[in-house]
Amino acid sequence: MIIGLAHYLTVAAVLFTLGVFGIFLNRKNVIIILMSIELILLAVNINLVAFSTHMGDIVGQVYALMVLTVAAAEAAIGLAILVVYFRNRGTIAVEDINMMKG
Amino acid sequence: MPALTVPAIAPALPELLLAAGALVLVLIGAVQGDRSRGLVGALALALLVAAGLAVAMQPAGRIETFNGAFVVDGFARFMKLLTLLGAAASLILSSDYLKRERLDRYEYPILVVLATTGMLMMISANDLIALYVGVELQSLALYVIAAMDRDNARSSEAGLKYFVLGALSSGMLLYGASLTYGFSGTVSFPGIAAALQNGHSAGIVFGVVFLAAGLAFKISAVPFHMWTPDVYEGSPTPVTAFFAAATKMAAMAMTVRVFVGAFPGIVPQWQQIVVFIAIASMVLGAFAAIGQRNIKRLMAYSSIGHMGYALVGLAAGTEQGVNGVLVYMALYLAMTLGAFACIIAMRREGGMVEEIDDLAGLARSQPALAFCLAMLLFSLAGIPPLAGFFAKFYVFAAAIQAKLVTLAVIGIVASVVGAYYYIRIVKVMYFDEPRGAYLPMAPGLKLVLGVSSAVVVLFWLAPAPLVGAAAAAAKSLF
Repeated sequence: MIIGLAHYLTVAAVLFTLGVFGIFLNRKNVIIILMSIELILLAVNINLVAFSTHMGDIVGQVYALMVLTVAAAEAAIGLAILVVYFRNRGTIAVEDINMMKG
Repeated sequence: MPALTVPAIAPALPELLLAAGALVLVLIGAVQGDRSRGLVGALALALLVAAGLAVAMQPAGRIETFNGAFVVDGFARFMKLLTLLGAAASLILSSDYLKRERLDRYEYPILVVLATTGMLMMISANDLIALYVGVELQSLALYVIAAMDRDNARSSEAGLKYFVLGALSSGMLLYGASLTYGFSGTVSFPGIAAALQNGHSAGIVFGVVFLAAGLAFKISAVPFHMWTPDVYEGSPTPVTAFFAAATKMAAMAMTVRVFVGAFPGIVPQWQQIVVFIAIASMVLGAFAAIGQRNIKRLMAYSSIGHMGYALVGLAAGTEQGVNGVLVYMALYLAMTLGAFACIIAMRREGGMVEEIDDLAGLARSQPALAFCLAMLLFSLAGIPPLAGFFAKFYVFAAAIQAKLVTLAVIGIVASVVGAYYYIRIVKVMYFDEPRGAYLPMAPGLKLVLGVSSAVVVLFWLAPAPLVGAAAAAAKSLF
Protein backbone atom coordinates (compact mmCIF):
# COMPACT_ATOMS: atom_id res chain seq x y z
CA MET A 1 0.00 0.00 0.00
CA ILE A 2 1.28 3.44 -0.87
CA ILE A 3 0.76 5.98 1.84
CA GLY A 4 -0.54 9.06 0.06
CA LEU A 5 -1.63 12.56 0.95
CA ALA A 6 -5.09 11.43 2.05
CA HIS A 7 -3.64 9.20 4.76
CA TYR A 8 -1.62 12.01 6.26
CA LEU A 9 -4.59 14.35 6.15
CA THR A 10 -6.73 11.75 7.88
CA VAL A 11 -4.19 11.25 10.66
CA ALA A 12 -3.95 15.02 11.09
CA ALA A 13 -7.73 15.37 11.19
CA VAL A 14 -7.98 12.62 13.83
CA LEU A 15 -5.27 14.25 15.94
CA PHE A 16 -6.94 17.66 15.60
CA THR A 17 -10.30 16.26 16.68
CA LEU A 18 -8.68 14.48 19.63
CA GLY A 19 -7.07 17.76 20.66
CA VAL A 20 -10.32 19.74 20.49
CA PHE A 21 -12.23 17.05 22.39
CA GLY A 22 -9.43 16.85 24.92
CA ILE A 23 -9.96 20.52 25.72
CA PHE A 24 -13.72 20.35 26.03
CA LEU A 25 -14.36 16.92 27.55
CA ASN A 26 -11.57 16.89 30.11
CA ARG A 27 -12.79 17.99 33.56
CA LYS A 28 -9.72 16.98 35.53
CA ASN A 29 -6.50 18.82 34.94
CA VAL A 30 -5.29 21.90 33.12
CA ILE A 31 -2.04 20.16 32.14
CA ILE A 32 -4.12 17.85 29.94
CA ILE A 33 -5.49 20.95 28.20
CA LEU A 34 -1.93 22.10 27.48
CA MET A 35 -1.20 18.67 26.01
CA SER A 36 -4.33 18.89 23.87
CA ILE A 37 -3.20 22.26 22.53
CA GLU A 38 0.14 20.71 21.56
CA LEU A 39 -1.76 17.91 19.83
CA ILE A 40 -3.72 20.43 17.75
CA LEU A 41 -0.56 22.24 16.69
CA LEU A 42 1.16 18.99 15.76
CA ALA A 43 -1.84 17.97 13.68
CA VAL A 44 -1.46 21.25 11.81
CA ASN A 45 2.24 20.55 11.29
CA ILE A 46 1.51 17.11 9.79
CA ASN A 47 -0.95 18.80 7.43
CA LEU A 48 1.56 21.46 6.42
CA VAL A 49 4.45 19.08 5.82
CA ALA A 50 2.26 16.59 3.95
CA PHE A 51 0.94 19.30 1.65
CA SER A 52 4.44 20.70 1.25
CA THR A 53 5.99 17.41 0.08
CA HIS A 54 2.94 16.56 -2.00
CA MET A 55 3.17 19.82 -3.93
CA GLY A 56 6.97 20.06 -3.91
CA ASP A 57 6.63 23.52 -2.37
CA ILE A 58 8.99 24.46 0.47
CA VAL A 59 6.74 27.14 2.03
CA GLY A 60 4.73 24.61 4.01
CA GLN A 61 7.85 23.38 5.78
CA VAL A 62 8.87 26.94 6.61
CA TYR A 63 5.40 27.44 8.05
CA ALA A 64 5.75 24.25 10.12
CA LEU A 65 9.04 25.51 11.61
CA MET A 66 7.34 28.80 12.53
CA VAL A 67 4.53 26.88 14.22
CA LEU A 68 7.00 24.77 16.20
CA THR A 69 8.84 27.85 17.45
CA VAL A 70 5.70 29.71 18.44
CA ALA A 71 4.27 26.60 20.10
CA ALA A 72 7.31 26.46 22.39
CA ALA A 73 6.82 30.10 23.42
CA GLU A 74 3.12 29.49 23.91
CA ALA A 75 3.72 26.48 26.16
CA ALA A 76 6.18 28.47 28.26
CA ILE A 77 3.72 31.31 28.79
CA GLY A 78 0.88 28.90 29.46
CA LEU A 79 2.85 27.10 32.17
CA ALA A 80 3.86 30.43 33.71
CA ILE A 81 0.23 31.52 33.93
CA LEU A 82 -0.65 28.11 35.35
CA VAL A 83 1.96 28.52 38.10
CA VAL A 84 0.54 31.94 39.00
CA TYR A 85 -2.94 30.46 39.08
CA PHE A 86 -1.85 27.56 41.27
CA ARG A 87 -0.20 29.93 43.75
CA ASN A 88 -3.49 31.82 44.12
CA ARG A 89 -5.90 28.93 44.24
CA GLY A 90 -3.88 25.88 45.29
CA THR A 91 -5.52 23.72 42.63
CA ILE A 92 -5.42 23.29 38.87
CA ALA A 93 -8.54 21.16 38.49
CA VAL A 94 -10.61 22.34 35.56
CA GLU A 95 -13.89 22.23 37.51
CA ASP A 96 -12.48 24.70 40.06
CA ILE A 97 -11.86 27.41 37.45
CA ASN A 98 -15.20 29.02 38.15
CA MET A 99 -14.73 32.18 40.19
CA MET A 100 -16.48 34.14 37.48
CA LYS A 101 -19.64 32.56 36.18
CA GLY A 102 -19.59 31.78 32.48
CA MET B 1 18.89 29.82 -7.23
CA PRO B 2 17.56 33.37 -7.29
CA ALA B 3 19.87 36.14 -6.18
CA LEU B 4 19.44 37.15 -2.58
CA THR B 5 18.21 40.72 -2.29
CA VAL B 6 17.53 42.69 0.83
CA PRO B 7 13.80 43.49 0.98
CA ALA B 8 12.66 47.08 1.36
CA ILE B 9 12.26 47.65 5.07
CA ALA B 10 10.94 51.21 4.96
CA PRO B 11 7.27 50.12 4.69
CA ALA B 12 7.67 48.21 7.97
CA LEU B 13 9.22 51.19 9.76
CA PRO B 14 6.44 51.55 12.40
CA GLU B 15 6.70 47.87 13.36
CA LEU B 16 10.50 47.97 13.44
CA LEU B 17 10.40 51.11 15.56
CA LEU B 18 8.10 49.44 18.10
CA ALA B 19 10.03 46.16 18.14
CA ALA B 20 13.45 47.79 18.55
CA GLY B 21 12.03 50.27 21.04
CA ALA B 22 10.53 47.48 23.13
CA LEU B 23 13.95 45.82 23.35
CA VAL B 24 15.55 49.07 24.52
CA LEU B 25 12.80 49.43 27.12
CA VAL B 26 13.46 45.89 28.38
CA LEU B 27 17.12 46.82 28.79
CA ILE B 28 16.28 50.00 30.68
CA GLY B 29 13.90 48.08 32.91
CA ALA B 30 16.35 45.26 33.51
CA VAL B 31 19.20 47.62 34.42
CA GLN B 32 17.28 50.09 36.56
CA GLY B 33 14.67 47.75 38.01
CA ASP B 34 11.41 49.07 39.40
CA ARG B 35 12.74 52.63 39.68
CA SER B 36 12.44 52.91 35.91
CA ARG B 37 8.70 52.31 35.67
CA GLY B 38 7.78 55.99 35.15
CA LEU B 39 10.49 56.40 32.53
CA VAL B 40 9.57 53.18 30.72
CA GLY B 41 5.90 54.17 30.70
CA ALA B 42 6.64 57.59 29.23
CA LEU B 43 9.02 56.15 26.63
CA ALA B 44 6.46 53.49 25.63
CA LEU B 45 3.89 56.22 25.04
CA ALA B 46 6.45 58.18 23.02
CA LEU B 47 7.18 55.05 20.95
CA LEU B 48 3.50 54.58 20.14
CA VAL B 49 3.23 58.25 19.11
CA ALA B 50 6.38 57.93 16.97
CA ALA B 51 4.99 54.81 15.31
CA GLY B 52 1.76 56.71 14.66
CA LEU B 53 3.73 59.52 13.00
CA ALA B 54 5.66 56.98 10.94
CA VAL B 55 2.37 55.44 9.76
CA ALA B 56 0.91 58.84 8.95
CA MET B 57 3.95 59.86 6.92
CA GLN B 58 4.06 56.75 4.76
CA PRO B 59 3.50 57.53 1.06
CA ALA B 60 0.05 56.88 -0.36
CA GLY B 61 -0.60 53.85 -2.51
CA ARG B 62 -0.06 50.13 -2.08
CA ILE B 63 3.43 48.86 -1.27
CA GLU B 64 4.30 45.19 -0.86
CA THR B 65 7.55 44.02 0.65
CA PHE B 66 9.20 40.90 2.15
CA ASN B 67 8.25 38.84 -0.91
CA GLY B 68 4.67 40.02 -0.72
CA ALA B 69 4.21 38.88 2.89
CA PHE B 70 3.73 42.41 4.16
CA VAL B 71 1.54 45.04 2.57
CA VAL B 72 0.97 48.70 3.35
CA ASP B 73 -2.08 50.28 1.77
CA GLY B 74 -4.69 52.87 2.70
CA PHE B 75 -6.65 50.28 4.67
CA ALA B 76 -3.59 49.25 6.68
CA ARG B 77 -2.66 52.86 7.47
CA PHE B 78 -6.20 53.72 8.63
CA MET B 79 -6.51 50.71 10.93
CA LYS B 80 -2.93 51.07 12.22
CA LEU B 81 -3.64 54.64 13.27
CA LEU B 82 -6.78 53.50 15.12
CA THR B 83 -4.87 50.67 16.82
CA LEU B 84 -2.03 52.94 17.90
CA LEU B 85 -4.54 55.49 19.16
CA GLY B 86 -6.30 52.80 21.19
CA ALA B 87 -3.03 51.50 22.62
CA ALA B 88 -1.75 54.98 23.52
CA ALA B 89 -5.04 55.94 25.14
CA SER B 90 -5.15 52.78 27.22
CA LEU B 91 -1.58 53.42 28.38
CA ILE B 92 -2.67 56.92 29.46
CA LEU B 93 -5.67 55.39 31.27
CA SER B 94 -3.48 52.84 33.02
CA SER B 95 -0.74 54.94 34.61
CA ASP B 96 -2.68 56.31 37.57
CA TYR B 97 -4.73 53.13 38.11
CA LEU B 98 -1.69 50.87 38.19
CA LYS B 99 0.08 53.11 40.66
CA ARG B 100 -2.86 53.03 43.06
CA GLU B 101 -3.35 49.29 42.77
CA ARG B 102 0.40 48.72 43.19
CA LEU B 103 0.65 47.04 39.78
CA ASP B 104 2.99 49.55 38.18
CA ARG B 105 5.72 47.19 37.10
CA TYR B 106 7.90 48.25 34.21
CA GLU B 107 6.90 45.14 32.23
CA TYR B 108 3.39 46.39 31.58
CA PRO B 109 4.15 49.18 29.06
CA ILE B 110 6.68 46.92 27.33
CA LEU B 111 4.10 44.16 26.88
CA VAL B 112 1.61 46.72 25.56
CA VAL B 113 4.18 47.87 22.99
CA LEU B 114 4.93 44.27 21.96
CA ALA B 115 1.24 43.44 21.65
CA THR B 116 0.78 46.56 19.54
CA THR B 117 3.65 45.44 17.28
CA GLY B 118 1.80 42.16 16.76
CA MET B 119 -1.40 44.05 15.98
CA LEU B 120 0.28 46.20 13.32
CA MET B 121 1.71 43.00 11.87
CA MET B 122 -1.78 41.45 11.76
CA ILE B 123 -3.15 44.49 9.95
CA SER B 124 -0.37 44.44 7.33
CA ALA B 125 -0.12 40.66 6.93
CA ASN B 126 -0.56 39.63 3.33
CA ASP B 127 0.09 35.92 3.68
CA LEU B 128 -0.90 33.21 6.14
CA ILE B 129 2.54 32.94 7.78
CA ALA B 130 2.79 36.66 8.52
CA LEU B 131 -0.78 36.55 9.78
CA TYR B 132 0.01 33.73 12.22
CA VAL B 133 3.19 35.39 13.49
CA GLY B 134 1.31 38.66 14.05
CA VAL B 135 -1.56 36.96 15.86
CA GLU B 136 0.77 35.06 18.16
CA LEU B 137 2.96 38.05 18.95
CA GLN B 138 -0.17 39.91 19.98
CA SER B 139 -1.77 37.03 21.86
CA LEU B 140 1.27 35.94 23.86
CA ALA B 141 1.69 39.47 25.21
CA LEU B 142 -2.04 39.74 25.95
CA TYR B 143 -2.17 36.45 27.92
CA VAL B 144 0.49 37.82 30.24
CA ILE B 145 -1.08 41.23 30.84
CA ALA B 146 -4.49 39.63 31.48
CA ALA B 147 -2.90 37.77 34.39
CA MET B 148 -0.77 40.75 35.41
CA ASP B 149 -2.46 41.25 38.79
CA ARG B 150 -0.73 38.08 39.86
CA ASP B 151 -1.79 38.03 43.50
CA ASN B 152 -5.43 38.33 42.50
CA ALA B 153 -7.19 35.02 41.91
CA ARG B 154 -9.64 36.54 39.46
CA SER B 155 -6.94 38.10 37.30
CA SER B 156 -4.96 34.88 37.10
CA GLU B 157 -8.12 32.97 36.30
CA ALA B 158 -8.83 35.47 33.51
CA GLY B 159 -5.30 34.95 32.17
CA LEU B 160 -5.66 31.17 32.28
CA LYS B 161 -9.02 31.17 30.52
CA TYR B 162 -7.77 33.60 27.90
CA PHE B 163 -4.69 31.47 27.33
CA VAL B 164 -6.55 28.18 26.92
CA LEU B 165 -9.25 29.54 24.65
CA GLY B 166 -6.83 31.79 22.75
CA ALA B 167 -4.49 28.87 22.08
CA LEU B 168 -7.44 26.79 20.90
CA SER B 169 -8.49 29.57 18.54
CA SER B 170 -4.95 29.89 17.19
CA GLY B 171 -5.04 26.14 16.58
CA MET B 172 -8.26 26.41 14.61
CA LEU B 173 -6.92 29.37 12.65
CA LEU B 174 -3.80 27.37 11.83
CA TYR B 175 -5.74 24.27 10.81
CA GLY B 176 -7.79 26.43 8.46
CA ALA B 177 -4.60 28.05 7.18
CA SER B 178 -3.01 24.65 6.51
CA LEU B 179 -6.06 23.46 4.55
CA THR B 180 -6.17 26.71 2.60
CA TYR B 181 -2.48 26.36 1.79
CA GLY B 182 -2.88 22.76 0.71
CA PHE B 183 -5.88 23.22 -1.53
CA SER B 184 -4.82 26.51 -3.12
CA GLY B 185 -1.08 25.79 -3.28
CA THR B 186 0.08 29.10 -1.85
CA VAL B 187 0.02 31.08 1.38
CA SER B 188 -0.13 34.59 -0.09
CA PHE B 189 -3.56 36.25 -0.12
CA PRO B 190 -3.39 37.51 -3.74
CA GLY B 191 -2.11 34.04 -4.75
CA ILE B 192 -5.05 32.33 -3.00
CA ALA B 193 -7.46 34.75 -4.65
CA ALA B 194 -5.92 33.98 -8.05
CA ALA B 195 -6.04 30.21 -7.44
CA LEU B 196 -9.73 30.40 -6.57
CA GLN B 197 -10.69 32.25 -9.74
CA ASN B 198 -11.33 29.07 -11.70
CA GLY B 199 -13.38 27.04 -9.25
CA HIS B 200 -12.64 25.78 -5.75
CA SER B 201 -12.61 22.43 -3.97
CA ALA B 202 -14.45 21.41 -0.82
CA GLY B 203 -11.15 21.56 1.04
CA ILE B 204 -10.98 25.32 0.57
CA VAL B 205 -14.43 25.75 2.07
CA PHE B 206 -13.34 23.66 5.07
CA GLY B 207 -10.29 25.87 5.37
CA VAL B 208 -12.40 29.03 5.24
CA VAL B 209 -14.71 27.68 7.95
CA PHE B 210 -11.80 26.98 10.31
CA LEU B 211 -10.17 30.31 9.48
CA ALA B 212 -13.48 32.05 10.20
CA ALA B 213 -13.75 30.24 13.54
CA GLY B 214 -10.28 31.39 14.56
CA LEU B 215 -10.95 34.95 13.44
CA ALA B 216 -14.33 35.04 15.21
CA PHE B 217 -12.50 34.05 18.40
CA LYS B 218 -10.14 36.98 18.07
CA ILE B 219 -12.93 39.53 17.55
CA SER B 220 -15.04 37.75 20.22
CA ALA B 221 -17.99 37.04 17.96
CA VAL B 222 -20.62 34.41 18.81
CA PRO B 223 -20.30 31.35 18.90
CA PHE B 224 -16.69 31.86 20.01
CA HIS B 225 -17.33 34.62 22.53
CA MET B 226 -17.33 32.64 25.78
CA TRP B 227 -13.96 33.91 26.97
CA THR B 228 -14.91 37.58 26.66
CA PRO B 229 -17.05 38.24 29.76
CA ASP B 230 -14.69 36.39 32.11
CA VAL B 231 -11.53 37.95 30.72
CA TYR B 232 -13.06 41.43 30.73
CA GLU B 233 -14.25 41.04 34.31
CA GLY B 234 -11.12 39.44 35.72
CA SER B 235 -8.38 41.51 34.09
CA PRO B 236 -7.29 44.82 35.61
CA THR B 237 -9.55 47.54 34.15
CA PRO B 238 -6.95 49.37 31.97
CA VAL B 239 -6.00 45.98 30.49
CA THR B 240 -9.67 45.42 29.69
CA ALA B 241 -9.73 48.83 28.03
CA PHE B 242 -6.73 47.79 25.94
CA PHE B 243 -8.49 44.55 24.94
CA ALA B 244 -11.65 46.41 24.03
CA ALA B 245 -9.95 49.22 22.11
CA ALA B 246 -6.74 48.21 20.37
CA THR B 247 -7.15 44.44 20.05
CA LYS B 248 -10.58 44.67 18.48
CA MET B 249 -9.34 47.13 15.84
CA ALA B 250 -6.50 44.87 14.73
CA ALA B 251 -8.55 41.67 14.80
CA MET B 252 -11.35 43.24 12.77
CA ALA B 253 -8.84 44.61 10.24
CA MET B 254 -7.30 41.16 9.91
CA THR B 255 -10.73 39.57 9.42
CA VAL B 256 -11.65 42.05 6.70
CA ARG B 257 -8.34 41.57 4.90
CA VAL B 258 -8.53 37.77 4.99
CA PHE B 259 -12.08 37.60 3.62
CA VAL B 260 -11.86 40.45 1.12
CA GLY B 261 -8.21 40.01 0.16
CA ALA B 262 -7.88 36.23 -0.06
CA PHE B 263 -11.38 34.95 -0.79
CA PRO B 264 -13.08 37.39 -3.17
CA GLY B 265 -13.79 34.42 -5.46
CA ILE B 266 -16.07 32.61 -3.01
CA VAL B 267 -18.09 35.45 -1.54
CA PRO B 268 -21.37 33.43 -1.34
CA GLN B 269 -19.66 30.78 0.81
CA TRP B 270 -18.14 33.08 3.40
CA GLN B 271 -21.03 35.50 3.29
CA GLN B 272 -23.26 32.84 4.89
CA ILE B 273 -20.74 32.36 7.70
CA VAL B 274 -20.36 36.08 8.34
CA VAL B 275 -24.13 36.67 8.26
CA PHE B 276 -24.63 33.89 10.82
CA ILE B 277 -21.87 35.19 13.10
CA ALA B 278 -23.18 38.76 12.82
CA ILE B 279 -26.78 37.83 13.69
CA ALA B 280 -25.74 35.57 16.58
CA SER B 281 -23.41 38.24 18.01
CA MET B 282 -25.94 41.06 17.76
CA VAL B 283 -28.71 39.01 19.37
CA LEU B 284 -26.56 37.56 22.15
CA GLY B 285 -24.96 40.94 22.82
CA ALA B 286 -28.43 42.45 23.22
CA PHE B 287 -30.07 39.80 25.38
CA ALA B 288 -27.23 38.46 27.54
CA ALA B 289 -26.24 41.93 28.76
CA ILE B 290 -29.66 42.62 30.27
CA GLY B 291 -29.10 40.62 33.44
CA GLN B 292 -25.57 41.83 34.16
CA ARG B 293 -24.74 43.66 37.39
CA ASN B 294 -20.99 44.15 36.84
CA ILE B 295 -20.27 47.00 34.44
CA LYS B 296 -17.12 45.39 33.00
CA ARG B 297 -19.08 42.25 32.23
CA LEU B 298 -21.77 44.38 30.66
CA MET B 299 -19.16 46.09 28.47
CA ALA B 300 -18.00 42.62 27.38
CA TYR B 301 -21.46 41.71 26.12
CA SER B 302 -21.75 45.15 24.62
CA SER B 303 -18.52 44.60 22.69
CA ILE B 304 -19.78 41.23 21.44
CA GLY B 305 -22.88 42.97 20.11
CA HIS B 306 -20.88 45.78 18.53
CA MET B 307 -18.61 43.34 16.72
CA GLY B 308 -21.81 41.82 15.33
CA TYR B 309 -22.89 45.23 13.98
CA ALA B 310 -19.48 45.83 12.43
CA LEU B 311 -19.63 42.39 10.77
CA VAL B 312 -22.91 43.42 9.12
CA GLY B 313 -20.79 45.73 6.96
CA LEU B 314 -18.34 42.92 6.14
CA ALA B 315 -21.24 40.57 5.31
CA ALA B 316 -22.24 42.96 2.54
CA GLY B 317 -18.89 42.13 0.96
CA THR B 318 -18.81 45.43 -0.96
CA GLU B 319 -16.57 48.48 -0.84
CA GLN B 320 -19.40 50.39 0.82
CA GLY B 321 -19.65 47.65 3.43
CA VAL B 322 -15.95 47.81 4.27
CA ASN B 323 -16.29 51.59 4.47
CA GLY B 324 -19.05 51.02 7.04
CA VAL B 325 -16.84 48.64 9.04
CA LEU B 326 -14.03 51.23 9.14
CA VAL B 327 -16.33 54.07 10.25
CA TYR B 328 -17.89 51.74 12.82
CA MET B 329 -14.55 50.68 14.29
CA ALA B 330 -13.29 54.30 14.49
CA LEU B 331 -16.38 55.47 16.35
CA TYR B 332 -16.50 52.34 18.51
CA LEU B 333 -12.93 53.11 19.54
CA ALA B 334 -14.00 56.55 20.80
CA MET B 335 -17.06 55.17 22.59
CA THR B 336 -15.30 52.28 24.29
CA LEU B 337 -12.31 54.34 25.43
CA GLY B 338 -14.65 56.94 26.93
CA ALA B 339 -16.72 54.28 28.68
CA PHE B 340 -13.63 52.65 30.16
CA ALA B 341 -12.30 56.03 31.31
CA CYS B 342 -15.56 56.35 33.28
CA ILE B 343 -15.23 52.81 34.69
CA ILE B 344 -11.67 53.51 35.83
CA ALA B 345 -12.96 56.69 37.48
CA MET B 346 -15.33 54.61 39.67
CA ARG B 347 -13.21 54.68 42.79
CA ARG B 348 -14.23 55.40 46.38
CA GLU B 349 -12.18 55.50 49.57
CA GLY B 350 -12.35 51.71 49.89
CA GLY B 351 -11.02 51.05 46.36
CA MET B 352 -12.45 50.36 42.95
CA VAL B 353 -16.17 49.63 42.53
CA GLU B 354 -17.55 47.82 39.48
CA GLU B 355 -21.27 47.29 40.08
CA ILE B 356 -23.83 49.21 38.05
CA ASP B 357 -25.63 50.11 41.29
CA ASP B 358 -22.50 51.95 42.41
CA LEU B 359 -23.29 54.53 39.71
CA ALA B 360 -26.51 55.47 41.51
CA GLY B 361 -27.13 59.20 41.73
CA LEU B 362 -23.94 60.08 39.90
CA ALA B 363 -25.79 62.97 38.23
CA ARG B 364 -26.06 64.77 41.57
CA SER B 365 -22.60 64.03 42.94
CA GLN B 366 -20.62 64.43 39.69
CA PRO B 367 -22.78 65.95 36.96
CA ALA B 368 -19.99 66.31 34.38
CA LEU B 369 -18.91 62.67 34.62
CA ALA B 370 -22.54 61.53 34.58
CA PHE B 371 -23.26 63.64 31.49
CA CYS B 372 -20.25 62.26 29.59
CA LEU B 373 -21.10 58.66 30.50
CA ALA B 374 -24.76 59.20 29.57
CA MET B 375 -23.74 60.54 26.15
CA LEU B 376 -21.38 57.61 25.60
CA LEU B 377 -24.09 55.12 26.57
CA PHE B 378 -26.68 56.79 24.33
CA SER B 379 -24.13 56.64 21.54
CA LEU B 380 -23.41 52.93 22.19
CA ALA B 381 -27.17 52.38 21.99
CA GLY B 382 -27.19 54.17 18.63
CA ILE B 383 -29.41 57.15 19.40
CA PRO B 384 -29.18 60.09 16.95
CA PRO B 385 -27.49 62.53 16.59
CA LEU B 386 -24.62 60.87 18.48
CA ALA B 387 -21.76 59.09 16.73
CA GLY B 388 -23.04 55.56 17.39
CA PHE B 389 -26.11 56.24 15.27
CA PHE B 390 -24.02 57.17 12.23
CA ALA B 391 -21.79 54.12 12.73
CA LYS B 392 -24.82 51.82 12.61
CA PHE B 393 -26.33 53.83 9.74
CA TYR B 394 -23.37 53.17 7.43
CA VAL B 395 -23.21 49.40 8.03
CA PHE B 396 -26.97 48.89 7.76
CA ALA B 397 -27.14 51.03 4.59
CA ALA B 398 -24.40 48.88 3.03
CA ALA B 399 -26.24 45.68 4.04
CA ILE B 400 -29.49 46.91 2.48
CA GLN B 401 -27.68 47.85 -0.74
CA ALA B 402 -26.25 44.34 -0.86
CA LYS B 403 -29.81 42.97 -0.56
CA LEU B 404 -29.29 41.67 2.99
CA VAL B 405 -32.50 43.25 4.26
CA THR B 406 -33.26 40.52 6.82
CA LEU B 407 -29.82 40.97 8.36
CA ALA B 408 -30.33 44.74 8.63
CA VAL B 409 -33.80 44.31 10.18
CA ILE B 410 -32.50 41.84 12.78
CA GLY B 411 -29.66 44.25 13.53
CA ILE B 412 -32.03 47.14 14.11
CA VAL B 413 -34.27 45.03 16.37
CA ALA B 414 -31.21 43.91 18.35
CA SER B 415 -30.04 47.48 18.77
CA VAL B 416 -33.47 48.46 20.12
CA VAL B 417 -33.29 45.62 22.66
CA GLY B 418 -29.72 46.61 23.49
CA ALA B 419 -30.79 50.20 24.12
CA TYR B 420 -32.68 48.92 27.19
CA TYR B 421 -29.60 48.07 29.23
CA TYR B 422 -27.69 51.19 28.22
CA ILE B 423 -30.61 53.41 29.16
CA ARG B 424 -31.08 51.51 32.43
CA ILE B 425 -27.60 52.68 33.46
CA VAL B 426 -28.56 56.26 32.59
CA LYS B 427 -31.69 55.84 34.73
CA VAL B 428 -29.59 54.55 37.66
CA MET B 429 -27.28 57.55 37.34
CA TYR B 430 -29.99 60.19 37.04
CA PHE B 431 -32.93 58.95 39.11
CA ASP B 432 -31.60 56.74 41.91
CA GLU B 433 -30.50 57.86 45.36
CA PRO B 434 -26.82 58.94 45.46
CA ARG B 435 -24.34 56.54 47.03
CA GLY B 436 -21.53 59.03 47.61
CA ALA B 437 -19.08 60.67 45.24
CA TYR B 438 -16.00 59.12 43.72
CA LEU B 439 -12.48 60.31 44.35
CA PRO B 440 -11.25 62.94 41.87
CA MET B 441 -10.20 61.75 38.43
CA ALA B 442 -6.59 61.72 37.29
CA PRO B 443 -5.72 64.21 34.49
CA GLY B 444 -5.09 61.39 31.99
CA LEU B 445 -8.60 60.02 32.55
CA LYS B 446 -10.08 63.49 32.07
CA LEU B 447 -8.17 63.90 28.82
CA VAL B 448 -9.30 60.57 27.33
CA LEU B 449 -12.87 61.01 28.55
CA GLY B 450 -13.05 64.61 27.28
CA VAL B 451 -11.70 63.82 23.82
CA SER B 452 -13.84 60.73 23.31
CA SER B 453 -17.00 62.44 24.57
CA ALA B 454 -16.31 65.37 22.24
CA VAL B 455 -15.90 62.99 19.28
CA VAL B 456 -19.11 61.17 20.18
CA VAL B 457 -21.21 64.28 20.75
CA LEU B 458 -19.87 66.47 17.95
CA PHE B 459 -19.34 63.89 15.20
CA TRP B 460 -22.50 64.96 13.36
CA LEU B 461 -21.07 68.48 12.87
CA ALA B 462 -18.14 67.29 10.76
CA PRO B 463 -18.44 63.65 9.68
CA ALA B 464 -16.67 64.29 6.36
CA PRO B 465 -12.99 63.87 7.36
CA LEU B 466 -13.48 60.48 9.03
CA VAL B 467 -15.94 59.11 6.47
CA GLY B 468 -13.76 60.37 3.61
CA ALA B 469 -10.64 58.76 5.06
CA ALA B 470 -12.54 55.51 5.64
CA ALA B 471 -13.86 55.56 2.07
CA ALA B 472 -10.35 56.03 0.68
CA ALA B 473 -9.09 53.23 2.94
CA ALA B 474 -11.89 50.87 1.85
CA LYS B 475 -11.18 51.66 -1.81
CA SER B 476 -7.59 50.43 -1.46
CA LEU B 477 -8.85 46.89 -0.74
CA PHE B 478 -10.88 46.50 -3.93
